[in-house]
Amino acid sequence: MGLFGMTVVLLFIGIALAAPLLAPYSPSEQFNGAELRPPSSTHLFGTDQLGRDLLSRIIFGTRASLTVGVLAVSMGATVGVLTGLLAGYLGGWIDALIMRTYDALLAFPGVLLAIAIVAVTGPGILNVAVAIAIAQMPADARLTRAIVLSQRERDYVLAARSLGASRGRIMARHVLPNTVPPLLVQLSLAMGVAVLAEAALSYLGLGTQPPTPSWGGMLSDSRPFLRQAAWYGIWPGVVLALLLIALNCLADALRHAFDPRRINVR
Amino acid sequence: MLSFILQRLVQAVPVVLLSTVAVFTLMRLIPGDPAQILAGPDATPESIAAIRTDMGLDQPLPVQYVFWLSHVAQGDLGKSVLSKMPVATVMAQRIPATLELALAAVVLTLLIAVPTGIIAAVRTDGIVDWLITSLNGVAIAVPGFWLGILGIIVFALVLGWLPPGGRGDWGRDPVQEFKFLLMPAFTLAIGSAASLSRLVKSSMIEVLYDDYVRTARAKGLSEQLVIVRHALRNALVPVITVMGLQFGRLLGGAVITESVFAWPGLGRLILDAIGNRDYLVVQAALLALVLIYITVNLLTDLAYGLIDPRIRVGQAAAN
Repeated sequence: MGLFGMTVVLLFIGIALAAPLLAPYSPSEQFNGAELRPPSSTHLFGTDQLGRDLLSRIIFGTRASLTVGVLAVSMGATVGVLTGLLAGYLGGWIDALIMRTYDALLAFPGVLLAIAIVAVTGPGILNVAVAIAIAQMPADARLTRAIVLSQRERDYVLAARSLGASRGRIMARHVLPNTVPPLLVQLSLAMGVAVLAEAALSYLGLGTQPPTPSWGGMLSDSRPFLRQAAWYGIWPGVVLALLLIALNCLADALRHAFDPRRINVR
Repeated sequence: MLSFILQRLVQAVPVVLLSTVAVFTLMRLIPGDPAQILAGPDATPESIAAIRTDMGLDQPLPVQYVFWLSHVAQGDLGKSVLSKMPVATVMAQRIPATLELALAAVVLTLLIAVPTGIIAAVRTDGIVDWLITSLNGVAIAVPGFWLGILGIIVFALVLGWLPPGGRGDWGRDPVQEFKFLLMPAFTLAIGSAASLSRLVKSSMIEVLYDDYVRTARAKGLSEQLVIVRHALRNALVPVITVMGLQFGRLLGGAVITESVFAWPGLGRLILDAIGNRDYLVVQAALLALVLIYITVNLLTDLAYGLIDPRIRVGQAAAN
């Protein structure tokens, strides 16, 4: 399953990078008289209401999903891990301030926080990535903090402290590396959540803006035309589902690989 | 028991206050003059000045927060820029629809998750278990709103069994209303049902190996009686907690599901208000959803304490 996940994810990354070479047409090229055509030899996935080739738009749409996913996960993890590290190691009022801030964010259910942030900042790829990153930070911070709390009083940390190592050095050099394995699992899960959130926000008109193609935007555009062009609402969803399943398989495989019970048995 | 309930209620107060601070802060982050923003693009200078005075928008932020909170506590949520109606009235029309959808999704989640989880646990490593596990994996990964679109294509456009969107009226035609509710509720429930089914399965497997279950079998009870009478109740305890947490996912998902099916709830209200820059409505709808979420989490916590006395006793011992 892990191999399947990794292969499919790498395939999507390759598609995103080589989109101009792979797509048969430009994603914005409109073929007059060819609106809402079913799949054919000239348009393998059919065309949309403006006569644009669906396959080309789906290929280029990979870029929006992966860009937002990578940006959101990187930003969320950077800030989340840093604040979790500070909160867990320094404790006291710093811990209280950081954790209560995240508690306020966690009061927002599901994708609602991202929607609220985009309502303030406005739509667009970067704003959506920032919104999703903010929504994911609490989970990264809490996980990091929990690991740091369990590591803080370990012998190797006490030894480093007694040798005169500064707090910063202990946090960065000794404690932080121990957070990597569980964080990798968390980040792979977060990537799937980010891709789904981008698609959902684009579906709602709050994410990637036209004419930049995105799978969520295409699904939203397909809604009025499902009766005469069902394929329009099927293909973007198939591709999105495939990437999400692959990311989930990858996360499952990483979780299994880093399971401490499994490692200890070996 | 009473002290446990009181303790949880007291713990909920700072969470509620923090969430009001978060909603207030978000809306104040919108660039521009807050009075102009809240009054709307077509507001007159007089109405802008009135909002500025009424909400203390020329005061420091903490004072503005207190002004706003005191208005909210009195049920004064301002006036919608779009409809010119009190926001509280607009909300009162929409909240029941969202709650109806979320509750229907909760019921469907339990109806799907509990039986499939039990079957997968009882028939572990068999073909039925493999099928249920695979379907759960796909249902968790596949975006719910796309399943909704597929449902519209198959059940509304091709088969014509269900309407493609909208909401009916229980009072006028309950059967038709049920048809309107079924697809959106199922779309919303499917991801949660798959997650919960996994939990029911693992929880059930754990319980089925416990000594008291072995004793029940040794006494000669039928497998059905062992599962239903003895194992199920303990297996469902963690399920209740997770179900409460899943409600938050359902509330967030309701925003998207309401858009797919044109369901006239709070989610659609937020989206329309964002598009029309009707920020008082956005603020009130966000606050309502957050408060519903906190309330459900609190009730789940209390239910968990009621069902499992170790939680109450453990809390008392810790204190």
